[in-house]
Amino acid sequence: MQSIDQQIRVLVAKPGLDGHDRGAKVIASALRDAGFEVIYTGLHQSPEMIVNAAIQEDVHVVAMSILSGAHMTLFPKVRELLDGAGANHILLTGGGIIPVEDIEDLESRGIGRLFGPGTPTTEVIDYIQDWFEDQETS
Amino acid sequence: MTGPLESALAELLERFHDGQPVALGRAISLVENERPGFQDFLHEVLRVGPRAARIGFTGPPGAGKSSLLSMVATNCRTQDEQLGVVAVDPTSSYSGGALLGDRIRMSDLATDPGIFIRSMATRGSLGGLATTTKEVLDLMDAFGFDRVLIETVGVGQTELEITAAADTVIVVLVPESGDAIQTMKAGLMEIADIFVVNKADRPGADRLVKDLRQGLHLRAATAIESAPAHHGLDLARIMRKESCEEPRGPGWSPPVLSTVAQSGEGVEDLMDTIKAHRFWLEESGELEERRRGRRKVRIQDVVDRELRRTAWRSDTVLAELDQGLERIQKRKDTPYSVAWDILDRLLR
Repeated sequence: MQSIDQQIRVLVAKPGLDGHDRGAKVIASALRDAGFEVIYTGLHQSPEMIVNAAIQEDVHVVAMSILSGAHMTLFPKVRELLDGAGANHILLTGGGIIPVEDIEDLESRGIGRLFGPGTPTTEVIDYIQDWFEDQETS
Repeated sequence: MTGPLESALAELLERFHDGQPVALGRAISLVENERPGFQDFLHEVLRVGPRAARIGFTGPPGAGKSSLLSMVATNCRTQDEQLGVVAVDPTSSYSGGALLGDRIRMSDLATDPGIFIRSMATRGSLGGLATTTKEVLDLMDAFGFDRVLIETVGVGQTELEITAAADTVIVVLVPESGDAIQTMKAGLMEIADIFVVNKADRPGADRLVKDLRQGLHLRAATAIESAPAHHGLDLARIMRKESCEEPRGPGWSPPVLSTVAQSGEGVEDLMDTIKAHRFWLEESGELEERRRGRRKVRIQDVVDRELRRTAWRSDTVLAELDQGLERIQKRKDTPYSVAWDILDRLLR
């Protein structure tokens, strides 16, 4: 039997007001095809909704897609709520239209890697898989 | 063998009893992944008997199960009930991955602290539920929810495990589900405690309601003559091994309701019917019967699983298997004689 305790669960979330979820859906499908269990929550999620879902679903990873420019608020907010809820083991990553300086800033504040437009989905999959293996072995 | 919990699990159990949602989330993963100690954990948790009303929603894909469940959940919340929800979606047999999207339809409930929603992937199970959904329901029950709602994957005619998991089974159909002959074939017709024709504002809904009622009358009539109804191999009974002996005890005939989940039309009626069914379950003793049936199958399942594990993790058994294969190669044995040798060793 395959080792199902290796099943990676990812919450793909689309916070805020922008209604463009093509990117989120592409990522969700790619992760599913890579063998992950992907929970997709739909549009217009508040940070509270995202953190609630992450805890109930006991995901390993929260991946947020943000195209609205609100990334400097939303990523730290979700991180803070996750940590506050005792879920600091969850990796917060994501992507969208985010300037390089902002990515560096966020990554220095405990957010995982952030991916820009045009990133091959395999890069995201590899990143999550590598992170997961590091967790398991550490 | 159940023993004392190792410290990490003991700590989890404490936080679980303390009512922390994070602990429930983690406990579900423990059970879902069948990690070491999960049975000991369940053993501790099940010391408290079942309390919650377990309501199952099943039916073909696109019938509106999630939307209807969401309306029912909202209604329960207005009465301040604490709710657990388990929504099952299929795992891809190609990639092993799954896209679990039932939360989209439950967005309105997403920040309500009185409700806990968990999505499960079937992970190869074919009965409309995931392998460990029943155990997860136990966890939610023990966590203290008043009501636990379960949504199966979109089912056809053979995915009937929900009867083994829920006290009340609601079969959700839509006018497009086809005529009542489809439901009469086998399967869905027998498992319903309540029928709901959803999207009742669409053409053909009245017709389906009428057909269903007629079909139910036909069944009631044949049941009186009892013998013909149970002629030959009763597949339904085999499928429902975990439920009670009689598919539905006497005194309850499944009502057929109409709803429009999008607008909430008919949901009040559905709530009343769910409550009436609960009342009947409790008064008739049927609830205790069903719970007893569930426990019996749980014991059988654990024994099955542990026997299998013991067998295929034992070096002597594996050696015997290898030697047996050699003997079969030399035409000295058959798969059956080897299997019997192994069973003999295991059960001695």
